[in-house]
Amino acid sequence: MTEKTLIELDHVTKRYTRGRDTIEIFDELTMGIEEGAFLAIMGPSGSGKTTLLNILGGIDSPTSGSVTVGGQRIDNMSEGALSKWRAANVGFIFQFYNLMPMLTAAQNVELPLLLTDLGRSRRAEHVKTALNVVGIADRAKHKPSELSGGQQQRVAIARAIVSDPKLMLADEPTGDLDRTTAVEILEMLQLLNKEFGKTIIMVTHDPEAARFASRTLHLDKGHFVQEAAE
Amino acid sequence: MNNLKLIWKNAARKKLRLFLTVFSIFTAFLIYGVLGGFQSSLDEGIDIASGANRLVTVHKVSFIQPLPYSYVNKVRSMDGVADVTYAVWFGGYYQNPQQILAVFAVDPESYLRLYSELVIPEDARKTFFSDRRALLVGKKMADRFGWEKGQQVPIQSNIWTNQEGSQTWEFTVAGIFEANDPKIDTSYLLFPYEYLNEGRQFGQDSVGWLVVGTESPDINTQVADAIDLEFANASTQTKTDTEKAFNQAFIEQFGDIGLIVASVTGAAFFTILLIAGNTMMLAIRERTSEIAVLKTLGFGNGKIFTQVILESVLVTLLGAVPAMALAGLFLKGASAAMAGILPAMFINTGMLVKSAGIMLLLALVTGIIPAWKAMNINVVTALGRR
Repeated sequence: MTEKTLIELDHVTKRYTRGRDTIEIFDELTMGIEEGAFLAIMGPSGSGKTTLLNILGGIDSPTSGSVTVGGQRIDNMSEGALSKWRAANVGFIFQFYNLMPMLTAAQNVELPLLLTDLGRSRRAEHVKTALNVVGIADRAKHKPSELSGGQQQRVAIARAIVSDPKLMLADEPTGDLDRTTAVEILEMLQLLNKEFGKTIIMVTHDPEAARFASRTLHLDKGHFVQEAAE
Repeated sequence: MNNLKLIWKNAARKKLRLFLTVFSIFTAFLIYGVLGGFQSSLDEGIDIASGANRLVTVHKVSFIQPLPYSYVNKVRSMDGVADVTYAVWFGGYYQNPQQILAVFAVDPESYLRLYSELVIPEDARKTFFSDRRALLVGKKMADRFGWEKGQQVPIQSNIWTNQEGSQTWEFTVAGIFEANDPKIDTSYLLFPYEYLNEGRQFGQDSVGWLVVGTESPDINTQVADAIDLEFANASTQTKTDTEKAFNQAFIEQFGDIGLIVASVTGAAFFTILLIAGNTMMLAIRERTSEIAVLKTLGFGNGKIFTQVILESVLVTLLGAVPAMALAGLFLKGASAAMAGILPAMFINTGMLVKSAGIMLLLALVTGIIPAWKAMNINVVTALGRR
């Protein structure tokens, strides 16, 4: 079976200017990521892992080159179009969960659905399903401050999958969790990848976490230096 | 949850801060509602109560100085004058000096001809014309004191002593009058001039002021000038103005109410602008990373901008709407307590529209910079994702 490419980076260059200095993150980076992959990206701090994730998620743009996701070029989209694209196609998972403290777990999960045309009851159904998938339905009415780190990350994952995006981007999703909880979260990501077909790109420092991915790329100074496969 | 609830959740996340901000806005709008309502009621009362073709002639030195009765007929004979009536301030109070009443001794027939907006039952009118002790009671006063037709009412005067050496004057309620426009003040009493003139110990054959009806509002200025010119060389000189200008000047003797109201409410709103604006800025700054997350989830710039503006509108409305309602209730209560001293006070439609405009403007001004900043938050920087 031929695997379909979901993401294509073509000669992507990214530079930042800080004061008088220009910092080059990538230079002519070209790569492809297949649909349904669970890719771990590892590398030292400052290697460009998060920047790559930002570019793939359309919250940062390359200095040059093209980024195509699901057949759509996103590097030249307007900010408004990118917002809509993100809402429909990408689920984000952050290291520190980034839940809204004043909302309950269910309300946090519902946030992306406020951007859709779904009615209240349909939204409630989707939220319930997402919370069930991550096994935290019994905490639906709890606020983040009433949840443990692992539970908060589960809520964040539910928020990422509630609008059923093809692509999930996880930035150090277990960086703030103990080992046992981290394993639970990683197993859940694995489940989402294998059972629900989500393409997951995970940035991590942790080789143990990377083992849960089907493929690992090592990024250093803007280049992939070595590839490890499970 | 919906977008409105999300906005409310954001606004209410720090309850004490929300309460203090809302309370500040409430205070400013309460001040505005009470003072503005007072002023607009005065203005509207003056507009409604002032006949377009009515002039008022008073003593040139001060309107509390009397005019000779002889001026009535002299003015009546002048060109452009359709009718003349006159009145005297009785300085009345009921039962105790704190219960001040607006009581006027008037010439019954000419007064009711010129103030044709007053609606009086025919039998009350007849009694008023024939009985010197007849008292025509404005509806508001009748409601206030529960007076009825035929009732004997003793009213004290702090100016006029009668022939018996008493300042208490006996009246019989001839009837209750209303006005053809409910906004016209009816919190005053009228009785025949003859009763006062014959009964008082001093000041006979003098009147407080003349009310002159002109043949057309277009000739008001000419007639007013002609009246003052007529008495320019007399021992008692006059000052004639339109009734509206007279009423306005009467009110302004207490101070430039418009300027006072504008200054006080302006200062209150300026302070609120700083407080609410600063609070909104602070609130948005604290939520920088959350806004960045919302943007990451797909909330576009327009949506973020609208949410912050609506949050500002919501906070403003939470303070301003109850304040205006309370101001309305306060004015209503104050009107009842001060009937006879001040005209009916209320928050009129114009004032409501104006206050709605101020609410919107305040919300926009305090919300627009935070909204702009929120809209322009850079996700990568805000989340420290570099």
